[in-house]
Amino acid sequence: MAETVTFYLLAGLAIVASVLVIGQRNPMYSVLLLIASFAALAGLYIQLDAYFVAVAQIIIYAGAIMVLFLFVVMLLNAPQEDAAEWDRLHPLRRPGVARFGATLAVLLVVQLVWALTRIAEYDAAVGGQAAGAAVGSVREMGRVLFQRHGFAFEATSILILVAMVGAVVLARKEGPDA
Amino acid sequence: MEAYLRPAVIFAMIFIVFNALIMASAVLVLAERKIMGFMQQRYGPYLVGPHGMLQPFADILKLLFKEELRPKGADRWLFTLAPVLAIVAAFTAFATVPFGAETTLFGLLDEPMKLGISDVNVGVLVVFAVTSMGVYGIVLAGWSSNSKYSLMGGLRASAQMISYELAYATALAAVVLLAGSLSLREVVDNQAGAWFGFIPRWYVFLQPLGFLIYMIAGVAETNRAPFDFPEAEQELVAGYNTEYSSVRFALFPQAEYINMVTMSAVATDLYLGGWHGVPFLTELGLGWLVFLAKVGVILFTYIWVRWTVPRYRYDQLMAFGWKWLFPASVINLLLTAALVLYFNG
Repeated sequence: MAETVTFYLLAGLAIVASVLVIGQRNPMYSVLLLIASFAALAGLYIQLDAYFVAVAQIIIYAGAIMVLFLFVVMLLNAPQEDAAEWDRLHPLRRPGVARFGATLAVLLVVQLVWALTRIAEYDAAVGGQAAGAAVGSVREMGRVLFQRHGFAFEATSILILVAMVGAVVLARKEGPDA
Repeated sequence: MEAYLRPAVIFAMIFIVFNALIMASAVLVLAERKIMGFMQQRYGPYLVGPHGMLQPFADILKLLFKEELRPKGADRWLFTLAPVLAIVAAFTAFATVPFGAETTLFGLLDEPMKLGISDVNVGVLVVFAVTSMGVYGIVLAGWSSNSKYSLMGGLRASAQMISYELAYATALAAVVLLAGSLSLREVVDNQAGAWFGFIPRWYVFLQPLGFLIYMIAGVAETNRAPFDFPEAEQELVAGYNTEYSSVRFALFPQAEYINMVTMSAVATDLYLGGWHGVPFLTELGLGWLVFLAKVGVILFTYIWVRWTVPRYRYDQLMAFGWKWLFPASVINLLLTAALVLYFNG
């Protein structure tokens, strides 16, 4: 009973915060709401007995990445979006672009419905509880990550390295002191 | 009896730790001013109470009766929320720090209980996660004040925090490798006993570089001199808390002092063997006294460093963090991993 209540509380918080991230116009508040959404997600992970994932979520997303987001928002001192001007000028408001976005949204809904109808099937395949227990232990997670998914893990790290080098190259100023 | 006693004892422990943290910031304010005075060959506060002992309480009373101001262009919600965030993160971080061995409280309880608010199996990471939340208080205070100095302070806080958290976390990882556990209590218990009968098995002897990195990054994480850039008063008036007054202002330094205590307590658990080291006290169930003494020594070092080393320049801070501290911590981690594999693998 208590578990159901906390689940719906956390899930509700995550959804409301996520919708508000794109729903209101102050970039500073968007960042903070995104942090709230991440915190709610971490709470859900704890409910699944995945303590390590929950703490990693807080450390990496809420603790590091969002601090960088805040840094950028503060550094650029992004102004509040002006509603009328936004409606008139923004490229995302052009009819073609809007139609493309709507199509993507419909696709996402279809995918979600498809996935949700298959949950029972999936539960039967992995046997619910056993999968949860394995995720809980850091040792087990390390094994799975570095043995079964070792290639994907290393490929991701190279991808991130390439992105970092790319960012440095793009941001570097040309000139004698560069 | 036992059924009622145990929750009561746990509640009492939470009460004591909470108030001890509040008192610790008062004691630290006094200690800081007294030690600074001593180092500068003067007395420090001397008027309130015997030898100025009651000075922090006079300060708190003064702050309580000040007018609360909020700048006109400030963001009402975030301006109020920021100090609360800072202090909540500071208190919460201590919740998973163990400070004593299992004890029956001199036979009061049938089953022994652990000294520490809560025992989490990923305790090292929880402390790290919660302390990294504390920076939001400072950053939001800087942004919501709608003042140039505050904004600069907040910006510096976020950049500094990101840079030093990396080295800090990598130093932690090396200790976790040695202990083979993410639980702070297990890390401490792995340090019981002694090599050759007289060298305590503390990780500081296996991880001298890691300990140094931890302490330096700790100073930067708690925003203390020589790394107190978010509030560098010669450059930024008072930095992120320029526009704050009264209790709201008081919460920021208090959070800083509580963070110092947490940082020292974690250092004691990770590197200095926690409550181990004086066998006869541990047998008496008084290991937490040993723990307190070690935390006190580290806190003294913090204050000592603050009044000895002048503040760096901001670019020096960044260069040091990224070009020296972080590579050093990575080398330390790789070396530790290799040695652990060699001897245990």
